[in-house]
Amino acid sequence: MVAVAAPTSQPRALQHRKSLVLAGIVVAWLVLWVLFRNVWTLSLGAADLTPLHRWINDVNDAVGASRNSNPVFLYFFNEIRLVIDEFVTFVQALIAQPSFGRPVPVIGWLGVVAIAGFVSLAVAGWRVALLAVAGFVFLGLQGLWQESMDTLSLTLAAVVISLLIGIPLGIWAGLSDRAHRLLTPVLDFMQTMPTFVYLAPLTLFFLIGPASATIATLIYAAPPAIRITAHAIRSVPRNTVEASESLGATRNQTLVKVLLPSARKTIVLGVNQTIMAALAMVTIAALIDAPGLGKTVVKALQTLDVGTAFNAGLAIVVLAIVLDRVTTAAANERRGLPRWALFGGAGVTAVCVYLSYTYLWAAEFQSDVEIGSSINKGATAVTEWAQDSLPVLTGGFKDFVTFALINPLQALLAESPWFLVALVVVAVSFLVGGVRSAVVSAACVALLIATGLWQDSMITLASTLVATILVMVLGVVVGVWMGRSRRADRVIRPVLDAAQVMPAFVYLVPFLALFSASRFTAIIAAVVFAAPVAIKIIADGIRAVSPATVEASTALGSSSWQTIVKVQLPMARGALTLAANQGLIYVLSMVVVGGLVGAGALGYDVVAGFSQGQLYGKGLAAGVAIVVLGVMLDRLTQAAAKRWTN
Amino acid sequence: MDPVISVRDLWKVFGPSAARVAASDELKALSRQELMDRTGAVAAVRGVDFDVAPGEMFVVMGLSGSGKSTLVRCLTRLVEPTTGTITFEGENILEADAKRLRDLRRNKFSMVFQHFGLLPHRTVADNVGYGLEIRGVPRAKRGERSQEVIDLVGLTGYEKSFPDQLSGGMQQRVGLARALAGDPDVLFFDEPFSALDPLIRRDMQSEVIRLHREVGKTMVFITHDLSEALKLGDRILIMRDGKVVQVGTGDELVGAPADDYVRDFVRDVPRSNVLTLKWIMRPPRPDDDLDGPELAPETVVREAVRSVLSAGRPVKVVRDGELLGVVADEEILGVVAGEA
Repeated sequence: MVAVAAPTSQPRALQHRKSLVLAGIVVAWLVLWVLFRNVWTLSLGAADLTPLHRWINDVNDAVGASRNSNPVFLYFFNEIRLVIDEFVTFVQALIAQPSFGRPVPVIGWLGVVAIAGFVSLAVAGWRVALLAVAGFVFLGLQGLWQESMDTLSLTLAAVVISLLIGIPLGIWAGLSDRAHRLLTPVLDFMQTMPTFVYLAPLTLFFLIGPASATIATLIYAAPPAIRITAHAIRSVPRNTVEASESLGATRNQTLVKVLLPSARKTIVLGVNQTIMAALAMVTIAALIDAPGLGKTVVKALQTLDVGTAFNAGLAIVVLAIVLDRVTTAAANERRGLPRWALFGGAGVTAVCVYLSYTYLWAAEFQSDVEIGSSINKGATAVTEWAQDSLPVLTGGFKDFVTFALINPLQALLAESPWFLVALVVVAVSFLVGGVRSAVVSAACVALLIATGLWQDSMITLASTLVATILVMVLGVVVGVWMGRSRRADRVIRPVLDAAQVMPAFVYLVPFLALFSASRFTAIIAAVVFAAPVAIKIIADGIRAVSPATVEASTALGSSSWQTIVKVQLPMARGALTLAANQGLIYVLSMVVVGGLVGAGALGYDVVAGFSQGQLYGKGLAAGVAIVVLGVMLDRLTQAAAKRWTN
Repeated sequence: MDPVISVRDLWKVFGPSAARVAASDELKALSRQELMDRTGAVAAVRGVDFDVAPGEMFVVMGLSGSGKSTLVRCLTRLVEPTTGTITFEGENILEADAKRLRDLRRNKFSMVFQHFGLLPHRTVADNVGYGLEIRGVPRAKRGERSQEVIDLVGLTGYEKSFPDQLSGGMQQRVGLARALAGDPDVLFFDEPFSALDPLIRRDMQSEVIRLHREVGKTMVFITHDLSEALKLGDRILIMRDGKVVQVGTGDELVGAPADDYVRDFVRDVPRSNVLTLKWIMRPPRPDDDLDGPELAPETVVREAVRSVLSAGRPVKVVRDGELLGVVADEEILGVVAGEA
């Protein structure tokens, strides 16, 4: 795939000249920075607002006032909200919340555990069923049964709606080229947009609560279902479809009897992705008051209560593992259960559900062996111990990154006059991607200024760049190792897969424990969140380098180091740029979460906007600024990738 | 006897300006390359005419890119022809609407594909019964009929296997059974054995010959392999660049190639296996001894070698008592030696 055409001397000279120009720009920037430090930085105090922010507040108030009179709301948004609220409330009534005049949900813990076990048994076999039962009981033992069930209800509701929308759309995009062309850019946009930024605008239309949370989850979780379904349909071999047509099958017959059965396995993988995405988003939607484990984590983070956050985070992890294992196993080809096992299981489940409906002991999880508080205490103790006894290690590393990387970069970006930074950004864009990139960057810069949050954006940009650099360092080191050693790959890849499944929140907790609330903590959490993707991309890129080339290099007497630096990395540069691009986007999507643990700047603005009415407009503007930063960095890295790989 | 399939002036042009090309005699007269350069359109099938007689094994042969696969797909409209007529049992199937076309595909034709096109999630029996299932045949009847054809193609005992548990040859037997299950009038084969090993290919060729004899269906067989074409075909159509170069029986192609392309093609064919006496006989000369044995003009040279060489005098080629010519040692040796 990688073209190995020998670069002619002409472009190489051009590149050399470009590097010189780039170096010139940086030097000029440094000089001007010294001269004009801390003037025209467009800074804005934490409680200060711009006219734009006030205007958004007014719009918000106006919308709030007309919510029950404006026909658009009466007949459109409110209807959607009501339907979704009803649906979510119904699922919650079944398993999570007291309902129908009863002091407990319709199905108590015993029933839920039995259903989870039975469904897992039916689709994934007895091992996974055992895991599911153990996992659910563990949630109860943690003392988080109701929170877990709230999270599960919201996730299930969002997944059902996502699939109801996503699978038909996916089939449509699989069958029709036009639909495919139409949907792809929309999905691209939905997936590159940092997840949290659409929370705020959604609350404008759907209020704070389950409906907004579900819709936000939907936006995040439906794209994988659509994409994977379309891909699955498209990958069915042409000759199979042709054979069916040649026998006189109608379109529907071909779809139902050929395409869908052949695509089933892949579509189930899409369902898995959707469930994991939904779980991740449901926990994050705690920021707009979605009930469940996420809320417990957010509250604990805000009060820096590591023990409670850890306990709830662990519950999210357990839930994620159970859901992931069940759906992954369901995607794999398996022999069906014997009939007696199915009927027996169904019978036992029915009895358990009935018991949990009738008796209090089976409805409410009451346990003498409550392990939640022990976990809580343990985590707190470990945290205190770590902070007391490892200050050299944790503090040293933190100080090094803070003073050597974050502070200088932040000073340069946030303390230069705005027009200087803008000029540098546009000039670098021009060098990297030509006129088109320069225009896009200029537009993005203008938008950032318009949000009134220029300095906050620059601080966030500095953190993002530092995090991305760390991601790339990790990515190259681990990725090369995995790419060169089968054994390393076998050991590390499952860990990365597991890390990618975890909802973003969970990462914050241990780092909060180690490094307390600071910019650094947020950066490290972002690095850990983004690194698995980057590592995997780079590892695959290294592995894809033709073995013949590597062998030739070895035969010429290259050392391992020479082979890596002169053969494998240059040939995998497509993967490197892709990893940088994905790394940036993942890091940026953690910015808001980082705002919870002291990252400040845009992340803090967004979080504060959720909780304080007068900061609503500012929060929304901060969300827009994050998107603008994301678009700018995404375009820039993609342009760089195109230039570099051709 | 009326032909089952009759194709007249069939064109298939791919590309944005397909309709324009098909409507213009000037553009149609261009070569493929010129047309590509001028309009960006690719003419895969260019003005093809032929007839297929009932019960005939009709082979279309050409190298890759000659348009033969497109041609056979045009016949069942898996690929929509640009212009022309295809008459099937008296009906122009290019005028059939979607429903009629489906009926035809369900009841009249079926096709065997190069890469089998089996459904991986169904057993052999369910694959074979698929065509019946989409017609709405009840399950019990379907099972019965599937079993019949499974037995016919020699897959008895594999009904419950899945395609990926079978070898390539066995998978193609499933494809064959599926095509036969609907009891079609015509079977189309699109290079069905190209993906198979040589030994298995030979088995499958014999299988098709056997089936052709047993079920007596009309068959249209696409191949790029000349020896396969000569082995199977009652008549052979040779295609090149989308056009018909020659249509004829095997011995006609070898004995009277229409142009250098065909001549080049058949050069390496063992002529004694294909040519008949009518291609090598000469008029009797006055000094010929005419009391030798008699043979029919359709006798293949190889089968005549022994009798001609042992006769010690010219052999008479006779049809209905009429002397057509004679064959002596030098004619026979000319063919046999020419191959060495």
